[in-house]
Amino acid sequence: MGSPADRYKSGVMPYAKMGYWDADYSPKDTDVIALFRITPQDGVDPIEAAAAVAGESSTATWTVVWTDRLTACELYRAKAFRVDPVPGSPGQYFSYIAYDLDLFEEGSIANLTASIIGNVFGFKPLKALRLEDMRIPVAYLKTFQGPPTGIVVERERLDKFGRPLLGATTKPKLGLSSKNYGRVVYEALKGGLDFVKDDENINSQPFMHWRDRFLYCMEAVNKASAATGEVKGHYLNVTAGTMEDMYERAEFAKELGSVIIMIDLVIGYTAIQSMGKWARRNDMVLHLHRAGHGTYTRQKNHGVSFRVIAKWMRMAGVDHIHAGTVVGKLEGDPNVIKGIYSVCRDSFTKKNLEQGVFFDQDWASLRKMMPVASGGIHAGQMHQLITYLGEDVVLQFGGGTIGHPMGIQAGATANRVALEVMIKARNEGRDIWNEGPQILADAAKWCSPLKAALDTWKDVTFNYASTDTADFVPTATPS
Amino acid sequence: MRITQGTFSFLPDLTDAEIRAQVDYALAQGWAISVEYTDDPHPRNFYWEMWGNPMFDLRDGAGALMEIQACRKAHSKLYIRVNAFDSTRGFETTRLSFIVNRPADEPGFSLKRQEGPGRNVIYTIESYATVAPEGRRYES
Repeated sequence: MGSPADRYKSGVMPYAKMGYWDADYSPKDTDVIALFRITPQDGVDPIEAAAAVAGESSTATWTVVWTDRLTACELYRAKAFRVDPVPGSPGQYFSYIAYDLDLFEEGSIANLTASIIGNVFGFKPLKALRLEDMRIPVAYLKTFQGPPTGIVVERERLDKFGRPLLGATTKPKLGLSSKNYGRVVYEALKGGLDFVKDDENINSQPFMHWRDRFLYCMEAVNKASAATGEVKGHYLNVTAGTMEDMYERAEFAKELGSVIIMIDLVIGYTAIQSMGKWARRNDMVLHLHRAGHGTYTRQKNHGVSFRVIAKWMRMAGVDHIHAGTVVGKLEGDPNVIKGIYSVCRDSFTKKNLEQGVFFDQDWASLRKMMPVASGGIHAGQMHQLITYLGEDVVLQFGGGTIGHPMGIQAGATANRVALEVMIKARNEGRDIWNEGPQILADAAKWCSPLKAALDTWKDVTFNYASTDTADFVPTATPS
Repeated sequence: MRITQGTFSFLPDLTDAEIRAQVDYALAQGWAISVEYTDDPHPRNFYWEMWGNPMFDLRDGAGALMEIQACRKAHSKLYIRVNAFDSTRGFETTRLSFIVNRPADEPGFSLKRQEGPGRNVIYTIESYATVAPEGRRYES
C-alpha cells in the first residue's frame, strides 16, 4: 500500500488498495461475518468487487478522504478476506467480509442492516449482489431480546407437546364480515386445530373493522376451548399504518385474553422489534407473517436469502415465522428449507453448505422460533411434512381445512387425526416416509373426515423446480 | 364430550401395548417418564397431581407401564397422563404428554360470559366436574 502519504493522496484508488481486502485477515470471535454472492460487471476483478462491497457496506466512499485519519480507520474498515467462485455458476463469487463489532449499535436490526444491505446493493460495478448468510457473534446476539416466548414456553403455555401444532388461515382472506369470520374460526378450532390465523392483508377494511373481528374471534376461541378442554388461539393481526395503531390493537387483544397476536414483515424491522418487546412485556406469543419477502429472497443472484431474514427475525424477537413447506404451493427446496428451519430452532447451528448454511452459529441461548409451514398443504402429505419439518412446527392447512367437503370441523378433524396417527406411528418406529399413505388409509377406515380429505386432495402436488437452491451438492466420499 | 388434551386424544384410546411403544420411544430418546392424575381437567390446570417423582433412573418400559397401571388402579375414574421429560439444555421441558385414562363420563366445561365495557366479554371456562369439591368428582 505504500506510505500513509500515498494512501491518503486525494483522488480515486481501488477499494482493495484502500484496505478493504486482506487475504491474511483472520476474523475475530466478535466480528460479524457476511457472505455475499457477488456478480461483478464484465471486466471487474472479483477481489476488487469484494473489496468494494466491504468498503461500501462500512466506511468507504468513492474517493479518498483525509478525514479517515481522524479515526482508528483500520478497525472500522470491513475486510473482505476470501473470494471463491460459486460452483457451477460462472461469473459469480462468494465473498466473505468481516465487520468489527464496533460498527454496529447494540440491539438494532435497523442499524445492522443499514450497513450490510444499505447503499451497497445499488452499487454500479456489480451486476447483482445477494446476502447469503451471516455469522452473528455471541457478543452481538446478547444485545438482542430475541423471541418473546420461544418454542419451549409457548408449548408449556398451550399445554401441547409431542406433535406439530395445527393451524389454518381463514378463507376467503378478504370480504367476510366479522360474524361470519368468527364462524370459520370456531368451526376449525372445535374440529381440532390449535390455532386459526388472520391473513397478512386482513387489517381493518370496510367489510370488517378490526375491533369487530377481535371480538368475534375471541368468542370463537373461548367457545372452542370450552368445547374441547384445550387452549386455543387465533392470531389477531395487529398490523396497521402506525405504531400507535398497532399498540392499540395489541392492547385490545390482550384485554380480550388472546394468547397470540400477529404482525407482517412489511411493517419493518424496528416496528417488529418494538412489537417483540411489547409481546415480552405482555406474555403474548408473537406470530410473524413474512409478507413481501419473496420480492428479495427468491432469486438466487440478487437480494437477501431467507435464512438471513430468519436470523434477523430471531434476533428482532418473534415467536412464529413462516419458513416454507417443501411440499406446498410456495417456493421451497428441501435442503434450503432444512437450513432455514435450523436457523429458527437450533441452540447451535452447524455449518452445512448443502443446506446453504455457511457458518457455525452459536445462538447464545436466544429463544427458539417456531417455524410455520403454510400454503397448499393437505392431510395426505402428513408423512412428508413430518419427515421434512419435524415436530416443532406449526402446520397450517387453510384450504385443506375450510375446503373440506363435509365442512370445516370435519376438515380440522381430518388434519388432527392424520397428524396424531402419523406421530404415533413414527414413535412406534414405523417407516412413515414409505408407509405413510397406508397409515393414513388405515386411519381413514375409522375416520370418515380423513377419508373424505384423502379422496378430495389425493392427487394435489406442486412439483415445480425451486429457484432458491443450495450451490453445494453432496459428494460421495470413498469409504 | 371428550377432552382432547394430550398428544393422541383424537385417536381411539391407546391399548397397553400402544402405551408401551410410546414409553419405549421416549426412553430411547433419553427422556424421563412421569405419571400424573387429576380430577380438574381445566385447560389451564398445569399442575396435575404427581404419581411419584419423574422416573429419571428408570430405563425399562415394563417398569413404567407398571407405574401407569398402579396409578390407574388407584384413580380409575380420573384423568391420568403420561409425560416424557427432556432435561437436555435448550429444552428442559416436557416432550410428549398423552392421556392414558379418563372418566367414563366427561361432562365438559361451561363457558360463562360476563358483559364488560363496550362489547367486551370476559370469558370463564369452568369444568362441570369441579363444582363438586376435590376428591368427590367423577364418582358416579
